[in-house]
Amino acid sequence: MRPVYLDNNATTRVDPVVVDAMLPFFTEQFGNPSSIHSFGASVGVSVKKARQQLQQLLGAEHDHEIIYTASGTEADNTAILSALEAMPGRDEIVTSAVEHPAVLALCQHLEKTGRAKVHYIGVDSLGRLDIEAYRNALSDKVALVTLMWANNETGTLFPVEGLAELAKEHGALFHTDAVQAVGKVPIVLKGSAIDMLSLSGHKLHAPKGIGALYVKRGTRFKPLLRGGHQERGRRAGTENAPGIIGLGKAAELAIEHMVDEQTRVKELRDRLEKAILQRIPNCFVNGDPRERLPNTSNIAFEYVEGEAILLHLTRQGIAASSGSACTSGSLEPSHVMKAMNVPFTAAHGSIRFSLSRDNVPEDVDQVIEALPKILEKLRELSPFWDGANKDPKDFKPVYA
Amino acid sequence: MWDYSDKVKDYFFNPKNAGVLGEANAVGEVGAISCGDALKLMLKVDPETETIQDAKFQTFGCGSAIASSSALTELIIGKTLEEAVSITNQDIADFLGGLPPEKMHCSVMGYEALQAAIANFRGEEWHDDHEEGALVCKCFGVDEGVIERAIRMNKLTSIEQVTDYTKAGGGCLTCFDKLEELLAKVNGELVAEGLLAEHAAYRIGGSDAAELKAKAKAKKEAEKAPVREVAAQATSPIAPSSPLPPPSAGMTNLKKIRLIEEAIEELRPYLKKDGGDCELVDVDGNNVMVNLKGACMGCQMASVTISGIQERLIAKLGMPIRIIPVKNTH
Repeated sequence: MRPVYLDNNATTRVDPVVVDAMLPFFTEQFGNPSSIHSFGASVGVSVKKARQQLQQLLGAEHDHEIIYTASGTEADNTAILSALEAMPGRDEIVTSAVEHPAVLALCQHLEKTGRAKVHYIGVDSLGRLDIEAYRNALSDKVALVTLMWANNETGTLFPVEGLAELAKEHGALFHTDAVQAVGKVPIVLKGSAIDMLSLSGHKLHAPKGIGALYVKRGTRFKPLLRGGHQERGRRAGTENAPGIIGLGKAAELAIEHMVDEQTRVKELRDRLEKAILQRIPNCFVNGDPRERLPNTSNIAFEYVEGEAILLHLTRQGIAASSGSACTSGSLEPSHVMKAMNVPFTAAHGSIRFSLSRDNVPEDVDQVIEALPKILEKLRELSPFWDGANKDPKDFKPVYA
Repeated sequence: MWDYSDKVKDYFFNPKNAGVLGEANAVGEVGAISCGDALKLMLKVDPETETIQDAKFQTFGCGSAIASSSALTELIIGKTLEEAVSITNQDIADFLGGLPPEKMHCSVMGYEALQAAIANFRGEEWHDDHEEGALVCKCFGVDEGVIERAIRMNKLTSIEQVTDYTKAGGGCLTCFDKLEELLAKVNGELVAEGLLAEHAAYRIGGSDAAELKAKAKAKKEAEKAPVREVAAQATSPIAPSSPLPPPSAGMTNLKKIRLIEEAIEELRPYLKKDGGDCELVDVDGNNVMVNLKGACMGCQMASVTISGIQERLIAKLGMPIRIIPVKNTH
């Protein structure tokens, strides 16, 4: 059985070209890029080249607007904490209810410790930001707006460029967690009102352990990590040179593959989605059908639980993921499904298929072949299921 | 993904007794779709002998929920209602070779469905056992009766364990105060009955709700590998089932060994009664190596025996002790 990997929003395979680019920096080019001798200087040159490759992918005006970090989470945390510190007199943050925990957990912590008042803007049933509520939350007390570019679970895109313009009207800084968007949708930061942007290497075929924060030139900034003078004093710590070079190469490849991502990968995703909706009753797509990442399809299967579906898929060599309770270790459906008010009948059975340029039509065929039988089998086991459109209220448990 | 035993996987992928039992004369329905778990247990009971002739189930839930339901039907077919009524959630978990701690609520759901079905056969209302309006966890619809039973049957001593076994407290945690109260109350009863060491019992103020929430969140976000590691540790028979008390200072090794021998001697009649035995092999610091003999060897309940011995030793010595089952070396 051929393994099928459709969990690329969790992580991607490191591109072999990226691996090749990195390898010399573990061996012969081992110098510290901050050293001035020849061992370090040549690595420093490669680090600079990687910065320019990333600058290209982001459409940034200057390469020095890129600060390397160890992860997307570090980039998010740096942006938020920096903004609070750099904007005296302002102690409010505006974010959304569907952000990644890298943003949400920190915001909740800041709120709990009394360091900031946080506005969590809700979304509609398609995962689209409530723009009216967003406008109402903006004021001259807001230090930072932090909104994701693309949702990791549903792929729904927020119109961040426009949202950033609105934030600017109130003098707030604007940060976007673009971890899922970078490499999948075109991004041009030059000329935009976006002040900061986070990304993570392993979501775009670079290795894990390398991320970056874009900080527009002129933006007030306070470092999270202090120590050495690396990254122009904005992020101390010896540079992860192999990771940085890998990320640079991955950025170069992402530019090359952008069209493929927007066309072939999207077509594969759409074919998968269409076939599932046609062949399996009582399921629907979570997220915005139009403004969505080209690689992501989150489908809610009513009356079955996500982990049970995943276990069957795994046995058939297919890797996907679920935002459902049991898989993640939590007991509740994902905060994204809850924010979208996805009914419980479906929220527990939501499966995310996320593709990449590595996927081929046979992968989709394999899922289309396997999934209807899995759903049929699990629904036969479900007390809520008695054929399509059964009213689950027929089931009357003792303590519901 | 969770680290399930082969038996859990087998009972999930090839569930026995799944489906609708047309001739059912006893039905137990528990759980709710909002909680992500629901089970309908159907029994065919011989009215004369009260023997369960057949059992089938329908389950909405994860791998361990389906496996637990299937295991339950295997456990009860052929038993009389009197025999079946004493089956515990731990029996279901043991039958499956253990469940990850966070999944123990699946076995509790099986237990609840069985009790509900038996009550249904007898024309009783299962929820009559519960106090009116005693819904504790609104997120998951768990009432006082379920929580108290789970604490008692499994000798739970922490809020986190209560959540693992019942789901209560797994959501907004506004029920924290009530959970604490129930845990302290039932633990107090268990201490009074000699079933739980006093120092192991939960006391009000023993946990902080904010810390629990933070821990739950961290756990949720943890990568899969560490989750597996935690699960493996927690299901290991040598893992302590409850937080260990602070070590007692000043006990000599000789005194420690004597007390351990005394404790084992006190337990021996009970073990022998079940055709087994336990022999002290070695003591290394707080690790006590024992050799389980006779029927205790390879018994599905061995881990329960081990934790029972461990609990007894902790109570006797007043210090943390870890029981490690080893093979006989002489």
